[in-house]
Amino acid sequence: MLEQILIQTINGIVVGMILALVASGLTLIFGIMDVVNFAHGEFLMLGAYAGVIALAGTGSFWLALVIASLVVAALGAAIHVTTLRPLLGRDPLNTILATFGVSLVLQNYALWQFGPVPRKIEEPITGYFGLFYLEYPWYRLMIAVLSAAIIAALWLFLKYSTYGVWIRATTQDRVMAQAMGIPVPRVLTIVFAIGSGMAAASGVLFGPLVGVNHAMGLDWVLKAFIVVVVGGMGNLGGSIAAAIFISLMESYASLWVSPAQAIIVSFVVLILTLLIRPTGLFVPTPK
Amino acid sequence: MSAADHSEPLVRVEDIHTYYGKSHILHGVSLEVRRGEIVGLLGRNGVGKSTTLKAIMGLVHPTRGAVLLEGKSVGHLPAHRLARLGIGYVPEDRRIFRLLTVAENLRTGLDGRGVSEARKKELLDMVFDYFPVLAERRSQAGGTLSGGEQQMLAIARAMMLEPKIILLDEPTEGLMPRMVSQIRHIIHVLRREGVAVLLVEQNVPLTLETSERVYFMEKGAVRHHAPASELHADHEVVHKYLGV
Repeated sequence: MLEQILIQTINGIVVGMILALVASGLTLIFGIMDVVNFAHGEFLMLGAYAGVIALAGTGSFWLALVIASLVVAALGAAIHVTTLRPLLGRDPLNTILATFGVSLVLQNYALWQFGPVPRKIEEPITGYFGLFYLEYPWYRLMIAVLSAAIIAALWLFLKYSTYGVWIRATTQDRVMAQAMGIPVPRVLTIVFAIGSGMAAASGVLFGPLVGVNHAMGLDWVLKAFIVVVVGGMGNLGGSIAAAIFISLMESYASLWVSPAQAIIVSFVVLILTLLIRPTGLFVPTPK
Repeated sequence: MSAADHSEPLVRVEDIHTYYGKSHILHGVSLEVRRGEIVGLLGRNGVGKSTTLKAIMGLVHPTRGAVLLEGKSVGHLPAHRLARLGIGYVPEDRRIFRLLTVAENLRTGLDGRGVSEARKKELLDMVFDYFPVLAERRSQAGGTLSGGEQQMLAIARAMMLEPKIILLDEPTEGLMPRMVSQIRHIIHVLRREGVAVLLVEQNVPLTLETSERVYFMEKGAVRHHAPASELHADHEVVHKYLGV
């Protein structure tokens, strides 16, 4: 039993880290731009497809990871400039509908372009290590480490770079940020590009485990939204904590019930959060 | 302080009209500020003083009339362009970035303008020299500062832009008397640095004492305009527009 719990802990952390990567892009976009991005899962999916193509072209998983992230970040920037920037200052419902529309377009584009048969991304490391009675794939551990590294890089970027300071200033007071000479429209585009690129990176990283298809974004984005709400909308640290917390809960639950039923746990956590602490489990209650 | 060598005023506002939704806020405001000049803008609450500052800053775009900076029409430019052209803004509620440290608050005005590292250090040294308390608290979050310290930070932050003019909106509001004299000192500092100031205040003595000229606003328009020295002797005008 103890062994099983340890295995599920590792599983929970691995899935939690990748979920944190998906959710941090989502919460970044929400926290800074007040945009609920329903197309986030599609950026993940397009990232995975871009990874498939880049991998076929270059033969290197790592190169494919970088290329896919950059391509999708550029696509995110283009979508922001054409679709979301004109809606700046309008009712949030407008941006929700716009991102929902983008989501439908991208999903059906992928179906049309790549067909319904799932593609495979070969994992870059195929080895296993012994974990009690299990052979545990090294690649899974690597996903967790890489996700953590990407999130850490984001954190350092936000903390120290010029754009990082601009992004945080824009989050706190958009009008004053403009009055200080910060090019706010460009800052918002860059935030959207970063969020999209992070979604794409998670798509490539997770591709080898689940297969790449046009609807793969849906599962992740639903769970990422739960994480973002539980962690506190727009709170990066909260989202990471919530992603690991929820994934651990699900992992432990699947000791007793099937993994498909264990998903119920995330909804229970979501509902309890909304009932008891609607501002998020990991934020101090606002005064 | 004389503007005799420049025929064109630094900022000229010509007959601007603004709307907030359907309500007509400014009904043709005209005023000008010369280089290095301290100009007061007085009037009762709600007559459009803050809106006038916002229109100069590009935060409100006039539907009619023009805002000119050094003779060029800038009324259509976004605020971030105007900030880089030399307009600093210190709003009524200070609006410092509460979760950013004091140093980061100052950095927002320094980065991305192509300022050399040496000049950045010079500018920081200058404000830390004028406001030593900001140097002490440079790693503290802006939101943890007292009201007076936040006001200093808001002004210091605007100074990072090396502005030609600072728009100061009610800098003494809600401050203790000791802090009011600090604000007086800051305005003198700006004068010494050659920065023009357009000062919106409720504190009439402070405005008359620091300004060279004063505009009076009523119902969204400028109704009167006089050198501050004349107003010292003429309490009637002040009484008429401010009721004090």
